[in-house]
Amino acid sequence: MTRSILGFFPSPLSLTQLDRHPGEGRGPVGKVDVTMRGPQSAASPNWAPAFAGVEAVLVGRKARAVLASVGLLAFVSGSAAYAQDAPVPAPQQTPADPAAPAPAGDQSGGLVVDVTGGISAPMPIAIPVMPTAAVVSTPAGQTDVLGRQLADIVTNDLRNSGLFTPLSPGQLRPITFPEVTAPGFDYWGSTGAQALVQGFIRANGDGNLTVGCYLYDVSSKAELTRTGFVVPPSDWRRAGHKCADMVYTRLTGEGAYFDSRVVYVSETGPKGHRIKRLAIMDQDGANHRFLTNGQSIVLTPRFAPNQQSIVYMSYLNNRPAIYVYDIGSGKQRLVVANANLTFAPRFSPDGRNILFSMAQGGNTDVYRVSSQGGTPQRLTNSPGIDTGGSYSPDGSKIVFESDRSGGQQIYVMNADGSNQQRISFGGGRYATPVWSPRGDLIAFTKLGGGFRIGIMSPSGGGEKLLTNDWQDEGPSWSPNGRVINFYRSGRGSGGKADLWSVDLTGVNERKIPTPLDGSDPAWGPLRP
Amino acid sequence: MSKLSNILLACTALIAVSGCAKKRPAVLPPAPVDNNVAVDPSAGMNNGNVGGAIVPGSDADFQRSVSSNTVNFGLDMYDIDPTARAILDSQAQWLAKFPNQRITIEGHADERGTREYNLALGDRRANATKNYLAAKGVSSSRMTTISYGKERPVAMGSDDQSWAANRRAVTVVLN
Repeated sequence: MTRSILGFFPSPLSLTQLDRHPGEGRGPVGKVDVTMRGPQSAASPNWAPAFAGVEAVLVGRKARAVLASVGLLAFVSGSAAYAQDAPVPAPQQTPADPAAPAPAGDQSGGLVVDVTGGISAPMPIAIPVMPTAAVVSTPAGQTDVLGRQLADIVTNDLRNSGLFTPLSPGQLRPITFPEVTAPGFDYWGSTGAQALVQGFIRANGDGNLTVGCYLYDVSSKAELTRTGFVVPPSDWRRAGHKCADMVYTRLTGEGAYFDSRVVYVSETGPKGHRIKRLAIMDQDGANHRFLTNGQSIVLTPRFAPNQQSIVYMSYLNNRPAIYVYDIGSGKQRLVVANANLTFAPRFSPDGRNILFSMAQGGNTDVYRVSSQGGTPQRLTNSPGIDTGGSYSPDGSKIVFESDRSGGQQIYVMNADGSNQQRISFGGGRYATPVWSPRGDLIAFTKLGGGFRIGIMSPSGGGEKLLTNDWQDEGPSWSPNGRVINFYRSGRGSGGKADLWSVDLTGVNERKIPTPLDGSDPAWGPLRP
Repeated sequence: MSKLSNILLACTALIAVSGCAKKRPAVLPPAPVDNNVAVDPSAGMNNGNVGGAIVPGSDADFQRSVSSNTVNFGLDMYDIDPTARAILDSQAQWLAKFPNQRITIEGHADERGTREYNLALGDRRANATKNYLAAKGVSSSRMTTISYGKERPVAMGSDDQSWAANRRAVTVVLN
């Protein structure tokens, strides 16, 4: 699964300016790692533009030099904040068992996290508080406080991935502003950390914040990569997530996923009359916001690919139907004007269509309609319940569930409804199939004694169950296809639902914090 | 057709085992569930009880007059069994007396199905009920259906008794 990475990322769009660092004798730019291969090298050409895109979006599409004056600031004023902070010697630690030996046949060596083996031997990583050039009050808070919170965001993201063991606060020491680009490798080596993430935050004159993020290999005392963001204060947390994403992608070879959001159904009240509200939050639970007031039952929200809208089902006016909610305006519109029950909506990968189910006279089929509305096209016509449609990432196929064989099973068909093939054949029933954004897997709910979350290949092979509880339902993929959100219901009159996540190893299972109870999570794409 | 008879057999067996749809004396108020089971008293009710008097033709009158406003189903089933037929026959008689009254039929499922499937299953149950009433002479134009899937259980437990009570179609008179 994992590819090793050595050398510096060829990402001139974000590194060119960074290279003008007076304190650094060598420049990373131009050192292109020719040994990179596999998925990583295929993905790398897109990497830099993606971050350039971040820059553009976060600052309102204004072209801006990234981190242009990092080095200068560090030298002129950087030491002020932490000049008196003497390094605190930490107890000598025996370095942990070298995590994740490089896969066989990998000659590049270097610092690597194995996403399957790494779960049992997470990589020790140091993420000290990010210093600020000068303590400034901003709408997001004081920059020194933000520097501490940014380090917390990176720490939590990496820890939650299950692949890293961030050093505890007691093992960390404060770093000075100039130290950001000249790490105390000897100190960090003594802590047992294999990787080191340092960064800084600076308030700009125009009201925006600049956040720099640097990843170092502690044992080889080398910088692996760096990036920086200029963000409005309202988006400061995103800079932390982007920093964590940079570290994660660089060390695991997997796609990024921390800078993303989740839409879900917030639940409260008694089991027989649960109040359900649409809610949206960052992937880590921050920036939580309710979107609907709970007067109508709402179910199964899913993001549009451009994240500007959410398609979901509502019982508004006691007419259960699918609606599109516009996040910017807060307005919602009915998608299919029809007296019949419409439900189970999901956008196509290009956002142009919405798959949904419609029940007519007790028979349910999968339909497609333009996301602008119009006449739906029927895709299945078997007697029975065909529902839960989900597109493959290239839009060419649809996975869905049908009870045409007598019980719920998973089927794959072409996007026009042709060539319907059953792919699930194990004991029990299979429901709620969702195609991974990576294309390689289908997540589902398996109904046997309880409900469990599982995965299988699009041809039905390699079935693996990831959870084992009373009722786990409704998987939704992380943007990189390595983590699945779902909801877990409890038994009995006091039984409540909560959001959980599990990764593909099935080992790293975690409850997602929400203000109230929660169900029907839908993970959005990586933010641009 | 063999599938249908299998369904009927399985359903009969389930009812025999769970006792979920025992025939009640017609004089009892319509309490579709056992006393041991917690009941949401306000589920789907609009009782038309004006000033303490029950208005003829209202939902309260309907509930008082029919053997039950609720029919139950076997696990993952939607066929109208003999018990349900007797209940729906009494509903059809009342509806024949008040030919201008409109009804909605709410279909529900227990919590052991997935959310979206259960919406479709609730729709199946509501439609099976509607079709039976239509066959008994109730005009389709007087009937609408709505599925709540597993969103509105009437019994809160996670046990066979509660699940049996929650697999239901409820006829509500629209006042």
